Amino acid sequence: MGRLLIAPALIINMLIMLGPALFTVVLAFYRWDGASTPVFVGFDNFVSLLGDRAFWSALQNNLLWTAIFLTVPVAIALVAGTLLLTVRKGTMLFQLIFFTPIIIATVVWAKIWQLMIYSPVSGIVNLANDAGIPLRDPLSMPQTALLGVAIVDIWRWWGFLAVIFFGALRQVPTERVEAARLDGAGFFQLAWYVLLPAIRPTIMLMMVLSLIWSFLVFDFVFILTGGGPARSSEVLATFAYRSAFYQGNFGIAAAAALVFGVFGLAVSVVYVRVQLKEDNP
Amino acid sequence: MVQDKWAVRLGLGVLCFAAFCSLFPIVLLLLNSLKSAREIIISPLAWPMEFRWDNFARAWQDARFDKAIVNSLIIVVLTVFAVCTTASAAAYVLARRLIKRWQLATIYFLVGTTAPIQLFLFPLYLAYSKLGLINNPFGVALIYTAIFSPVAIMLLRTFFIAIPIEVEEAAEIDGANAWQKFTLVALPIAWPGVLTVALIVAMNTWNEFVIAATFLQTAERLTVIGAFFSLSGRYVTDWGEVMAAALIVVIPIVTLFIFFQRQFIEGMAGGAVKG
Repeated sequence: MGRLLIAPALIINMLIMLGPALFTVVLAFYRWDGASTPVFVGFDNFVSLLGDRAFWSALQNNLLWTAIFLTVPVAIALVAGTLLLTVRKGTMLFQLIFFTPIIIATVVWAKIWQLMIYSPVSGIVNLANDAGIPLRDPLSMPQTALLGVAIVDIWRWWGFLAVIFFGALRQVPTERVEAARLDGAGFFQLAWYVLLPAIRPTIMLMMVLSLIWSFLVFDFVFILTGGGPARSSEVLATFAYRSAFYQGNFGIAAAAALVFGVFGLAVSVVYVRVQLKEDNP
Repeated sequence: MVQDKWAVRLGLGVLCFAAFCSLFPIVLLLLNSLKSAREIIISPLAWPMEFRWDNFARAWQDARFDKAIVNSLIIVVLTVFAVCTTASAAAYVLARRLIKRWQLATIYFLVGTTAPIQLFLFPLYLAYSKLGLINNPFGVALIYTAIFSPVAIMLLRTFFIAIPIEVEEAAEIDGANAWQKFTLVALPIAWPGVLTVALIVAMNTWNEFVIAATFLQTAERLTVIGAFFSLSGRYVTDWGEVMAAALIVVIPIVTLFIFFQRQFIEGMAGGAVKG
């Protein structure tokens, strides 16, 4: 009976995810445009990736992205979460507001930021220019394009983290907080010596998840810059997607997907171990 | 005490500033969905001089939202139904360890919660085009079911684990088999979890971009997200119309969120924190 109950979920998942994922491994060793006969090319796809500057800059961008997402949103969310705990006023309303960005589609936010904030014609940037403040659209310049995208993603992401951290902070026994207060601890001492250590497991977990997700970033880059200008904001996911659907080179796409897929899976193993440990202490 | 009061005020100030940052793009969305392009060029921040409700009418027609909403709803309903049934059954099996390799299955689904789409996207696309499943809402719903069920299973598993085993043992003494224990005893107790999963899956399906953009290509089949994306590419300078379209996309989800805040927050936090 158990097998019968778990079978539908397992079969659907293996059909859509596991099977094609295994096929990606095979595909990485072929040259194929999706229509003609596939040609076995050995490690050629990986060799040509290694010689492709766009691939290296995509990898570099992913690493930069990871570094940003392991620090900036986590720091903002920790400050906001701790403040929610100490202020104790309107916490429900604040939580709702902080949470709203994450429930709305990435495409919608991308277009609002692009058209109403970054655009030098219709956005806040235009308004600033009219007022004599020389701002430029960060998405239009190779040096700042990735940063411009990252700001949008951080903006959408930190509130969700803040609500999660606040949820964990509320579980900290109030006696411990009060005791520290009586000992004369200020806000920063309270946060640093009592609150943050108490929610360390949650922080670690969210950082592992950030690590995994930062290697999967796709939507905002694809919609806001398409990896441009001059491929300056390309990440591995957009690189692979472009190889497959714009250049018709599914072998290269599979090889690139394997590179970050394997990295993602490696971090997933860490994540699974953390989760299982939590399950069976 | 004086210092405390000052600290609370400062904290409130910082939180209000953070809330302002979170809401600012939403304000821009609301204001500019009612303005003409000319007014937006003058200032995206100004109050509309003239309320242009026709932005919504044009957005509705140009994006063909009447079709797109039906397409989205079909896929959402199919996906929510498929995930809720298959995931709750699987979660029950894992929670009660009804199969020998429950540990392996748990690990498989846990890894599934973080698996990158690109790892299986390309062969899946090739297979779908070979099978003629491109532009097929059932095909897309099947992909969503596979992608969203691992998180759903992990979430529902915690709901089933929380049910005291004695309840089911009592049913067993009364002669219930595994199927009856699952459908008649466990599922009714765990239904808040199923509701939470249904809401989160509905939201994720409604909002999803990559799969929708890759697997649904003809104008007849676009989801709400696809229709909005295509509109924003065609009417590049009619910002008011694009913002009105964005608002149409957003309203159903925000309405759901307002009514089911707790489920949304618990579901998404649980999905991230507990697997």
